[in-house]
Amino acid sequence: MVENRPWLNIFSHIVLILGVLTVAFPVYLAFIASTHGPDDFMSGVMPVLPGPHLIDNYWQMLSQGVSTSGAPPLWRMMFNSLVMALMIAVGKIAISILSAFAMVYFRFPLRGVAFWLIFITLMLPVEVRIMPTFKVVADLHLLNSYAGLSIPLIASATATFLFRQFFLTVPDELTEASRVDGATPMMFFRDILLPLSRTNIAALFVILFIYGWNQYLWPLLITTDPQYYTVVMGIKRMADVADAIPQWNVVMATVILAMLPPVVVVVAMQRLFVKGLVETEK
Amino acid sequence: MAAIELSDVRKTYPGGFEAVKGISLPIRDGEFVVLVGPSGCGKSTLLRMIAGLERITSGTVKIANRVVNNLEPMQRDIAMVFQNYALYPHMTVFQNLAYGLKNRGMAKSEIDIRVDEVARILEIEPYLARKPRALSGGQRQRVAMGRAIVREPAAFLFDEPLSNLDAKLRIQMRGEIKQLQKRLGTTSVYVTHDQLEAMTLADRLVVLNTGEIEQIGTPLDIYRRPATTFVAAFIGSPAMNLVKAHRRSGAAVFGDASLPMADDIASGMEVTVGVRPEDLTVAGTKDALRLTLKIAYVEELGATRLVHGTVDGQNLVASVPVDCPLGETLEVHAEPSALHFFDPQTGRRLN
Ligand SMILES: Nc1ncnc2c1ncn2[C@@H]1O[C@H](COP(=O)(O)OP(=O)(O)OP(=O)(O)O)[C@@H](O)[C@H]1O
Ligand SMILES: [Mg+2]
Repeated sequence: MVENRPWLNIFSHIVLILGVLTVAFPVYLAFIASTHGPDDFMSGVMPVLPGPHLIDNYWQMLSQGVSTSGAPPLWRMMFNSLVMALMIAVGKIAISILSAFAMVYFRFPLRGVAFWLIFITLMLPVEVRIMPTFKVVADLHLLNSYAGLSIPLIASATATFLFRQFFLTVPDELTEASRVDGATPMMFFRDILLPLSRTNIAALFVILFIYGWNQYLWPLLITTDPQYYTVVMGIKRMADVADAIPQWNVVMATVILAMLPPVVVVVAMQRLFVKGLVETEK
Repeated sequence: MAAIELSDVRKTYPGGFEAVKGISLPIRDGEFVVLVGPSGCGKSTLLRMIAGLERITSGTVKIANRVVNNLEPMQRDIAMVFQNYALYPHMTVFQNLAYGLKNRGMAKSEIDIRVDEVARILEIEPYLARKPRALSGGQRQRVAMGRAIVREPAAFLFDEPLSNLDAKLRIQMRGEIKQLQKRLGTTSVYVTHDQLEAMTLADRLVVLNTGEIEQIGTPLDIYRRPATTFVAAFIGSPAMNLVKAHRRSGAAVFGDASLPMADDIASGMEVTVGVRPEDLTVAGTKDALRLTLKIAYVEELGATRLVHGTVDGQNLVASVPVDCPLGETLEVHAEPSALHFFDPQTGRRLN
């Protein structure tokens, strides 16, 4: 669309700038807060200019953590979060792409039932089934473990449906051509479906990684051992100290650090994602 | 290279629709057989049963004297060219050609030799490193052909491989397919709904209608002696004129013309008479039957001119030279030998 209406242009830029400010300002404040000393927040007024304690705060968090909240050093929590997010993203993609493959390309007994079972779980987010899930995980002795953190979150249907939708758009002739070329079903999956799904996988990975990284309720419930705390719940514990003033400067330093991995994933994967889109588009 | 033998092959789709109703057809080694028929007549279904992409409800398919009913496509040793080419979009042309060979465990050096050879034959060498989407329709078509040839299969199966090309390219590729098949001598089954393509390619033509064989024969046989009114109307362009005529003793009467016709070949009071537009000529011998065509409209084809008109209220088309003068009416002649008689009830040929 080619339009030349200066006022509309100015107006839309103002809206966009306001939008960016709304999103960016809290992040900015968080960053500023992470550069001040612990006493600068007593007055109740947030500073808006950087302070001198940037390196101190971050170093304290990374090396020791906040002992009063019983949290391990930040790098440990970041590592836990990373393991959980990766296990969830990779696990979900692996399971959902295989089940979508089965549902689209094979006729087997109770296929309809399987389809509807998966469909129903779509309507049951983790929070709804959290009690029974907790019970199952506890009985399996998976509390305080990476498996317990990630496996219950792997089972969900959204990704299966996305892949199913995509597979339905792959022309049948490709399947037939590969059969004539002597490919077994798993060879067809590996040599043709997987490469064709590359962009979908990249997009899902981004979404699922962030979903896993941001998990809060579930890790809070099943981890009592600080060795398995994740960074998102760690922030909550630090900010929620019983009878002292929260150390906002280090909490905010943690927040900033916790934001980095998802940002890295988005930026890194976006390239691949866009490249894939452009390639298939032509 | 191998013969293919279909005996009483049937296909009933789930839901009870019978798409192929008992087809028996021996195909000789090295023969080029074209299955032709209108849309929905079961051509693709039959071809896909030979390929092993569709389960055979009953009957047997033999390739190289081996019953293949329950074999996977790959084990049948056939190659197929699809209408939309079905090239693997994420692989280069080279990889597309090599995929089937790789799956058979062929050594890499041998694959390279074979692919290069085929690329040379089809003149697709410059594109080997490209992905299919960077090729034109005609080039994709060649790659699809290449993927079939490179495997050196016992038989080629083509399902309307040219229908996505423009008219000119289609004619060119038609010629190339024919030459290539002759050169390789590979048994081929080719499906099309284009009767001209069918005529030009086939060693033997199989006309299908609603899941059954209407007629089998060489293209010329079928053109000259169509077995039914269906074949008569389907093969040949412009289509054969089919008109109703009344029986008299020793003749069939149509308008003010009386056509000589032996008494014993039919029983009913009516008969369907067929005559090809190009057999309606301006000049005729003294035996020729004369018809006065009331002209409705004229189509210019350049080399000839199609005169559409009526005789006795029935539509007729005559293909005449462009220099023939036109008025309100046109006198045309048909030699008795050019007339085809059909039973109006069954549509079967009578003479
Ligand atoms: N999977 C299916 N289930 C039920 N009926 C089918 C199925 N596939 C094809 N048919 C029917 O079988 C008949 C023959 O189909 P087929 O694809 O063989 O036609 P065709 O001769 O190749 O036609 P076209 O020239 O349009 O490709 C059609 O009437 C079609 O509706
Ligand atoms: Mg078809």
